[in-house]
Amino acid sequence: MGIKILTEHINVPGIETLEVYRKHGGYRSVEKAIKTMTPEEVVEEVKTSGLRGRGGAGFPAGMKWSFLAKPEGVPRYLVCNADESEPGTFKDRVFMEKNPHALIEGMITSSYALGANTSYIYIRGELLFVLRILEKAIAEAYAAGLLGKNILGSGYDLDLHVAPGGGAYICGEETALLESLEGKRGNPRNKPPFPAVKGLFQSPTVVNNVETIASVPWIVNNSGAEYAKIGIGRSTGTKLISASGNINRPGVYEIDLGVPVEEFIYSDEYCGGIWKGKQLKAVVPGGSSVPILPADLILKTAAGEQRLMTYESLSDGGFVSGSMLGSGAFIVFDEDQCIVRNTWNYARFYHHESCGQCSPCREGTGWMERVLHRIEHGHGHQQDIDLLVSVAKQIEGNTICPLGDAAAWPVASAIRHFREEFEWHIKHPQEATAPGAVYRGQLAAATV
Amino acid sequence: MAETINAFKFSDKALAEIQRYISHYPEGRQKSALLPALHVAQAENNGWVSPEAMDAIAEILNIQPIEVYEVATFYTMFNLKPVGKHVLEVCRTGPCCLRGADQMIETFKQKLNIEEGETTADGMFTLKPVECLASCGTGPMLQVRETYYENLDSEEAVDQFIEMMRNKEVETPEWAK
Repeated sequence: MGIKILTEHINVPGIETLEVYRKHGGYRSVEKAIKTMTPEEVVEEVKTSGLRGRGGAGFPAGMKWSFLAKPEGVPRYLVCNADESEPGTFKDRVFMEKNPHALIEGMITSSYALGANTSYIYIRGELLFVLRILEKAIAEAYAAGLLGKNILGSGYDLDLHVAPGGGAYICGEETALLESLEGKRGNPRNKPPFPAVKGLFQSPTVVNNVETIASVPWIVNNSGAEYAKIGIGRSTGTKLISASGNINRPGVYEIDLGVPVEEFIYSDEYCGGIWKGKQLKAVVPGGSSVPILPADLILKTAAGEQRLMTYESLSDGGFVSGSMLGSGAFIVFDEDQCIVRNTWNYARFYHHESCGQCSPCREGTGWMERVLHRIEHGHGHQQDIDLLVSVAKQIEGNTICPLGDAAAWPVASAIRHFREEFEWHIKHPQEATAPGAVYRGQLAAATV
Repeated sequence: MAETINAFKFSDKALAEIQRYISHYPEGRQKSALLPALHVAQAENNGWVSPEAMDAIAEILNIQPIEVYEVATFYTMFNLKPVGKHVLEVCRTGPCCLRGADQMIETFKQKLNIEEGETTADGMFTLKPVECLASCGTGPMLQVRETYYENLDSEEAVDQFIEMMRNKEVETPEWAK
């Protein structure tokens, strides 16, 4: 059991109120930062901590902060990305719902570090009930002098607002999010200029994930060096993992980065093993867009080393035999799950969510969905498999934003690791389309 | 006359809520309140956003109606046609399917005798498939207005849910109370 930086008090009754939150040490980082540190010193601590963006990309947060342009007389903004839409990811929702003040504290301390006087939490529109919880907590923080003019008598001003989306996966991409926050369609912007130079309302802006921002108070309270002691190598700190699929204990778990994958799946402290006593077939370890790995490759790398829950270990082997930690959405498949059906489901998702700006994504996602649909429904051709690989390859890297890659990787990786299963679907359409039919040949071979 | 078919007027509380959002943005950036305004309009207009409601928003935000239409049609939460009293937004994405979302959606179709996207003859339910709702640990699940209903993993659970909803009034959003 590791340290709980984000979730220690999450189940304390009343923690959503300012009173109980403060009783458990809440808002200490605001006092410490504003009263005893310069903004630059806060940025330095975050840099030292090695904290990496928790939304999926894993980019060092302190470095992102240091890119923020600071022209005279132009406002700067901090925007929290609470759009959490990556299939498999629900950590931010649970976190905000239970402990809203922890995010607000992070927003205040981080806004101070960046010199922002207005900040926004952009939350996906489906979570209006969480928006209400956040707004209630924000009102409490204003009343306590933690937000508004002259915070804690320091002369520092900050307004914090929550803005809802309207249902669009693409708005998790930071420039699409900014467009949406300006009341527009969520079409990602061309980069450069990056948001750090021209972001919200054409002003310098930092966009960070909920979990990233919520990690800042602990770093300020305990120092970046202390934070960097947790975890392994460049994967410092703790990470919230959203565990879902065919496991005994789905839910959100805070882990020290570095827990072995095998322990995470089978220990009763985490997933508690595969449900109904079934066998593990595959895992998508970082949200629907990262490559799927078969049981043998998720537990051990191709070189035979134990796979760990870190950015580096999960991507060991590149896309040939590895995957990514991504947003920490750990989706587990048991032996009864059909990879073709799941891949078609994901392809439909990305087609549905493509904003339509770039042709390779707009056309390619629909093409992949249609080809996968016909394979799943018993009308596939042998050449369809190579066709899918080819379409995926032509989308990847050829779009303004990473949605194209996100659509291509699940398809390419499913074929890479489960090609036999696709071939079986095409060769035996009647058998494959029977209710509950699943190809088991590859699984048997892998576990011998 | 066509213009009176969906006649629409915001209530005072709704107008106040939209103004509250406008106040969150810098001078001249009132368009930022568009998505919140669409949510308010949908709650005020029996769960859907009519062209008349969009025109009313354009007037409040001082933008062209087309700027509202292009946004309302981009985001999936805004229903652009009349819907049933309760819109069942059922998650159909991968992680929920691992826990039986396909079966849950099938059960709803059978019990309500409608296809996806349709409304029951009595106007009580609309079945609307949606993508991942960030509730993957408690799937299969669905959303109605501002509430999540989770772990609907059996026929009995679906039956109980439908019974409960039949007797339930539409939720009043926080700002309208």
